[in-house]
Amino acid sequence: MTVTERQQLSYIAAQAADARVNLEIETEGMTLNIGPQHPATHGTLRIVAKLDGEQVVAAEPVMGYMHRGYEKLAEVRTYPQVTTLINRIDWLGSFANEVPFILAAERLMEVEAPPRAQWIRTILFELSRIANITLFLGDMAVQVGAITPVFFAFRDREHVLNQIEAATGGRFHPNFDRIGGLKDDLPAGWVAETRGAMRKIRAFCDEIEELVEGNEIFQARTRGIGVIPPGVGLSYGLTGANIRASGVDWDVRRDSPCGLVHDQVDWKVWTHPDGDSFARFWVRLQETREATKIVDQLLDGIPSGPIMAKVPVIIKVPAGEAYVETENPLGVMGYYVVSKGDLNPFRVKIRSASFSNVSITPWLLRGVYVPDIITILGSLYFILGDIDR
Amino acid sequence: MIGVLSELSYWQVTSIRVVAGLVAVLLVAGTLVYAHLFKMVSFMQSRLGPMEAGPYGSLQLMAEIGKFLQKEDIVPRRADRFVFKAAPFVVLTSTFLLLVVLPGGPDAWFISNDLGIYLAMAVSSVSVIGILMAGWGSASKYSLLGGLRATGQLIAYELPLLLAVVGVVIQAETMNLQEIVLAQANGEIFGSGVIGNPFIITQFVGFLIFMIAMQAELTQTPFDMPVAESELVTGYMTEYSGLRFLLFFIGEFATAGVFSAIAAVLFLGGWYVPGLDPADNLFNVIGPLVLFGKVVLLTFLVFWVRFTFPRFREDQLQRLAWKFLVPLALANIVVTGVLKVLV
Repeated sequence: MTVTERQQLSYIAAQAADARVNLEIETEGMTLNIGPQHPATHGTLRIVAKLDGEQVVAAEPVMGYMHRGYEKLAEVRTYPQVTTLINRIDWLGSFANEVPFILAAERLMEVEAPPRAQWIRTILFELSRIANITLFLGDMAVQVGAITPVFFAFRDREHVLNQIEAATGGRFHPNFDRIGGLKDDLPAGWVAETRGAMRKIRAFCDEIEELVEGNEIFQARTRGIGVIPPGVGLSYGLTGANIRASGVDWDVRRDSPCGLVHDQVDWKVWTHPDGDSFARFWVRLQETREATKIVDQLLDGIPSGPIMAKVPVIIKVPAGEAYVETENPLGVMGYYVVSKGDLNPFRVKIRSASFSNVSITPWLLRGVYVPDIITILGSLYFILGDIDR
Repeated sequence: MIGVLSELSYWQVTSIRVVAGLVAVLLVAGTLVYAHLFKMVSFMQSRLGPMEAGPYGSLQLMAEIGKFLQKEDIVPRRADRFVFKAAPFVVLTSTFLLLVVLPGGPDAWFISNDLGIYLAMAVSSVSVIGILMAGWGSASKYSLLGGLRATGQLIAYELPLLLAVVGVVIQAETMNLQEIVLAQANGEIFGSGVIGNPFIITQFVGFLIFMIAMQAELTQTPFDMPVAESELVTGYMTEYSGLRFLLFFIGEFATAGVFSAIAAVLFLGGWYVPGLDPADNLFNVIGPLVLFGKVVLLTFLVFWVRFTFPRFREDQLQRLAWKFLVPLALANIVVTGVLKVLV
């Protein structure tokens, strides 16, 4: 069944349900607009929910309130300039956005970053994952009503942001990745400080485990809510922790690595069989821990050497096509870059994780209660910049 | 002071007591409770909290009143204007009326009525009407959902609240709050009258039920679905601005304080501290302070829970009320009654 067919069916089902409700208890369904301005949507996502009492009959996400045309804008910018744009796609883990694009350009140019650059790239990649997911861990608690954990999340996320800032000069938008390597080498003392930050993040994970995950009310609110069977999830193109929480053991970092050195260290891909909101939270919590372990191991073995390969000053990419995807904090992110041999890319198609992750909401939200909409949206974890680009 | 009061007529005494209560108690106690809560909550969330207004931000309440007074009072175009505007005052009225029955010492009371706790429980329900008015009058779907949730919730939790009080009433043999305090002060537990008989010991189940139901009655987390910032965008308060929003906001904190005071009177011995004669005139001075100390303790519990726990869902909340709290409260009454007759 294609997506449009499913949408049509869900629309017909909604109409039928409305009619039934109207006949049986002579009430009208209520249409509730959640968003575009709503604290739970992290920006400007709009969910049009048809309600019967507090139960959702049909829900449809409306995207595009924040569309910034990055794919088109990239066509009129040189390759180094594009990273400034794509930093702002997933603004919580910005560095991770740059990596797949740079890797695609490097593949077209047939250059390879020196080992030191690859290691530091991987470290920063994982640091931005931590910076992204720590906020989710606090934010998920806010979605179900606990206010305090998010303050802890902001407090401890600061340690990671400080390290990113020390290395790149930018807290939110580093713009640090270059074709053929990195802009700068690491500052002195950075390795030891990052180790300290990782310790604090692990302590934060323990704290969240006790404060949020172990809480009975949190479990009552999330267990069995928004269950995604693996087949449905895959057919909607879910990636990242969302699909791993449905028991699909698939991680691009392990299964098709390219350009990053995750295969050099010892780590584990976490999955959860349940597929509900709790599973998605749990998987992300474990992934944060795992990311700190990856960073710790990588810090031990940063090779020496240059951080920049030999590339021309004015970058002209030879004609060709390349698609590179990486396991970003929100899921699989891919760039399909077409070059005609100019200074600018001819076409850039961005496959961002949140767009696919949100597209499952009409299927997922039918029949749930209003509070569960927020729980499910929170557990799917999207960034608006990642949906609309 | 007491002598002068007795020469005046009933309505004059009542007026003086009420004005004294509003000015002396509410402003001072409100500021203290507010500062205490602000700071406490801030430290729980690893932040400093208010620091600029007054020493360590203790006058933050005054600063906020000043700020909200300057703001525009917006009424949505399709709102029911009168209902919308009146709603915050209805909520606040219920809080103030609750305050009236609280005794602060042997002679420091506003009204001493044989129906004391009954009156308190009755007027506490008035706030539901205010919240429903706000929800309905705002002409907003979020507010409507919030108002309806609040009504369902408050009706469900009035019952365990009331039933928890019945245990105390049976034990004290009176509904007069002043005499409930005296019953605890003069009582004996395990044959010893050293600490009196604070009902928290004998009525511990009742105390727990009262605190849980009170949390729901105050619409504090984990029972804050009517407010629910993350889903209903503060529910029935969504459309309010300026002073009316502040009234709701203060009403929330003030009601927490007043309900804690009622719990302190019912279960912790109110203004009495062990070791002194309850008829001692000293209690007219230190009694309010003792009561205030106990209120601070209980509000700490309320807000500790509030800022730690996530929120229940509406159906889970009703299940907790009807399937767990009400039967438990009824069992508590039966046990209390049987023991009262036997012992």
